[in-house]
Amino acid sequence: MSTPVTTAAPASTPLRDRLRGQLRNLAPFATLILLVGLFSALAPSFATWGNLANILQQVSITAIIAVGLTYVILCAEIDLSVASVANATGILLAFLTVQDASVNIANLPLPGLLAIPLALLGCLALGAVTAFGVTRIGIPSFIMTLAMLQIGNGIGALLVRGQIAYTVPDLVLTLGSGSIGGVPWIVIVAGLVLLLGHLVLTYTRFGRYVYMVGGNREAAEHAGVGVRAVIGAVMVISALCSGLAGMLGVAYFGSAQQNQFDNYLLDAISAVVVGGTSLFGGMGGIGNTIIGLLVLGVLNNGLDHIRMDSFLKILIRGLVLLLALVINVYAQRLRSQARVAG
Amino acid sequence: MLELRGVAKRFAGVAALQGVDFTLAAGEVHGLVGENGAGKSTLMKVIAGVHAEYEGEMRLAGRPVRFRSPREARDAGIGMVHQELSIVPALSVAENVMLGAQPLNRLGLVSWSAMRRQAERQLAAFGIAVDPAAPAGSLPLGLQQMVELARVLLSGARILILDEPTSALSPPEVERLFGLIDRLRAGGTSVVFISHFLDDILRVSDTVTVFRNGRRVATAPARDVGKPWLIGHMIGASHGRLEESWTAELDLPPRSTAPAVLEAEGLSAEGLFEDASFRIHAGEVLGLYGFMGSGQLELARALSGKLPPGRGRLTVDGRPVRLRGGTPAAKRAGIAFVPESRRAMLFAPEPVYRNVTIAMLERIHRLLLRPAEERRIAGEQIRDLGVRPPHVDLPVGALSGGNQQKVALARWLAHLPRVLLLSEPTRGMDVGAKDDVVRIIRGLREKGIAILVASSEPETVLSLADRILVMRRGVLAREFAGEPVGKDRLLAAA
Repeated sequence: MSTPVTTAAPASTPLRDRLRGQLRNLAPFATLILLVGLFSALAPSFATWGNLANILQQVSITAIIAVGLTYVILCAEIDLSVASVANATGILLAFLTVQDASVNIANLPLPGLLAIPLALLGCLALGAVTAFGVTRIGIPSFIMTLAMLQIGNGIGALLVRGQIAYTVPDLVLTLGSGSIGGVPWIVIVAGLVLLLGHLVLTYTRFGRYVYMVGGNREAAEHAGVGVRAVIGAVMVISALCSGLAGMLGVAYFGSAQQNQFDNYLLDAISAVVVGGTSLFGGMGGIGNTIIGLLVLGVLNNGLDHIRMDSFLKILIRGLVLLLALVINVYAQRLRSQARVAG
Repeated sequence: MLELRGVAKRFAGVAALQGVDFTLAAGEVHGLVGENGAGKSTLMKVIAGVHAEYEGEMRLAGRPVRFRSPREARDAGIGMVHQELSIVPALSVAENVMLGAQPLNRLGLVSWSAMRRQAERQLAAFGIAVDPAAPAGSLPLGLQQMVELARVLLSGARILILDEPTSALSPPEVERLFGLIDRLRAGGTSVVFISHFLDDILRVSDTVTVFRNGRRVATAPARDVGKPWLIGHMIGASHGRLEESWTAELDLPPRSTAPAVLEAEGLSAEGLFEDASFRIHAGEVLGLYGFMGSGQLELARALSGKLPPGRGRLTVDGRPVRLRGGTPAAKRAGIAFVPESRRAMLFAPEPVYRNVTIAMLERIHRLLLRPAEERRIAGEQIRDLGVRPPHVDLPVGALSGGNQQKVALARWLAHLPRVLLLSEPTRGMDVGAKDDVVRIIRGLREKGIAILVASSEPETVLSLADRILVMRRGVLAREFAGEPVGKDRLLAAA
């Protein structure tokens, strides 16, 4: 019983085994390097600082949504309502702000910045309903958030009734479309949200629980972890991130209207999955999501730079997502093979 | 029939098998014994195609083979029944028996009548009469095992590998299994029988092979050897202790006079157990014994908050526990639970230290987690428990079964609950690992923890308990306290 305890992994682990275990992290990174190399070689306009700023700006809103979604997917759940909640929150924000006389909406303008906390409360409420449905009633998140997708769209539609609103509080306008020292605020906000998301996930007890609940829900329960509370919390976090993205998105786009976020559902899910976070839960993280965001951003932007047919672009994005799914599932299989020891 | 030469297999750099030769004759029952992590299950998984990557060669009926999946092995006539069964609980018995080989009618649709008939015939050949339409999950474990055996044999297996088949069975069920093995042997089927129950091995096998530390150390005809020979080879010369703590007869100590820690009153759960009332005192180990399916494991589960009972009251140190609050409420009240399945307790891809500290993070963290402190605590525990290999950063899934169980116990040793519930704490373990678990549990008792050991193995209860409750068909039927008790009296009461 006096065997020395070391904290390092055994040094004899063959490199190949370690690489296999890291497939989930290495494949997205390799894809990113490959894409950057490819586009740089094909289009001289691609590898410039200005274009890097473009890419970062283009992925910022997706990034904010993807942070919440990373938590959800790590718990082996899914949130299909992110884009719809974003849209509803953005519209609610505009609804509570004084609009130009030409905008024909029966809105409820509020003084000052009051619209911002109220809009955030709105998305929190939507998230709380999702959390209640999933954890208390026991509706699978896939179906529950599908219903919430429709509810979010419905709220947005009722508030603007086919019209378009343009004005949002100045603070949101600055964060969504302004810049400081040449850096767009929205990139800074996205960076901060990613950082906060990463810190909470890696360095807090809640973050550890998220991984454990996703990795083995029954075991988490047996360890006395409040599984339902954790799942409820990630659904609320996801709604909150979506709401934030929705508000900034209105400023970014310059208007609030129905269905303007529709692409963001698929983009956000793609970013998380392409980055290598396991669809089965328990493995991955914000670092993976950042790589996933960059892969998607570089792909979108780079295909424009090499003047790819914009219709073919849609197909290519689909194929990239499929490839990511294959790697995701394959990585999971390698992992589970390694864990069966006799 | 089957011949292996120089087989070696490593997990994450740790050698699980080294240069193993193994031969299985037609119609032979071959017993495999060894401590946990000795490599016997790993070797069988190589044969059954579960582990596709290994060194060495395998010949089946003289031809070299290399299986890349369990399916390829099955098509070659090798079937394996794992310790943890692969029954689909929601499907009927017939569907489970015929899984993957459903008979079709002329329209190319599944023929339900033919399926029922064939399943019934196969089970009848085993001497079992069960309703083929009943959901397989509703059967006792022993019958579920028969259903799985029926499926494996129907798929044409000529080599049958049984991993710990008797550990969850009651004595009559064991007899039934042995009867079946005898008939299979007579029919020319080869059987590999892995077990920690040495009496079972010696009774049923023609040949026995002993593994130690990933090597085959001895093979002999079963009739020429006895238990001391097996144990001697299993644990090697350096390993001094034998089965001393596993005596079948013992005197229970007088009733505890310490204050009661856990008090249960009239706990009931529909169809599982009825009106269970009992106390566990500080520093007392209460054994809860019953045949498989008598409700003792479910009762332990209910106390842990995993299975909310329909009625009843539960207090810990006089304070009521909210039964509907689930495991978090139970844990706050000081109740800890070790389920019978390690898979239900451990996070396989996560490092050992995270598995140890998951239940005590609220005490270690200071706003942020402190991994260095976690590693220190986990390191102390696994050193005390002799976990091998002693790396706190190794994924727990890379450890052997017995070592995984120690990690599971290390979690509660570090957390120190008021009440510890153990469900089948030594199932599927070898003598050495069982001894370790007994030692750990006795150590916890010294610390004044109230302990419940629920099991369907009489040896487990007898080796651990200060007082024993016997459960029969969901009812607490008999208490043994302050008197001598043996396996025979226990079995008679159940």
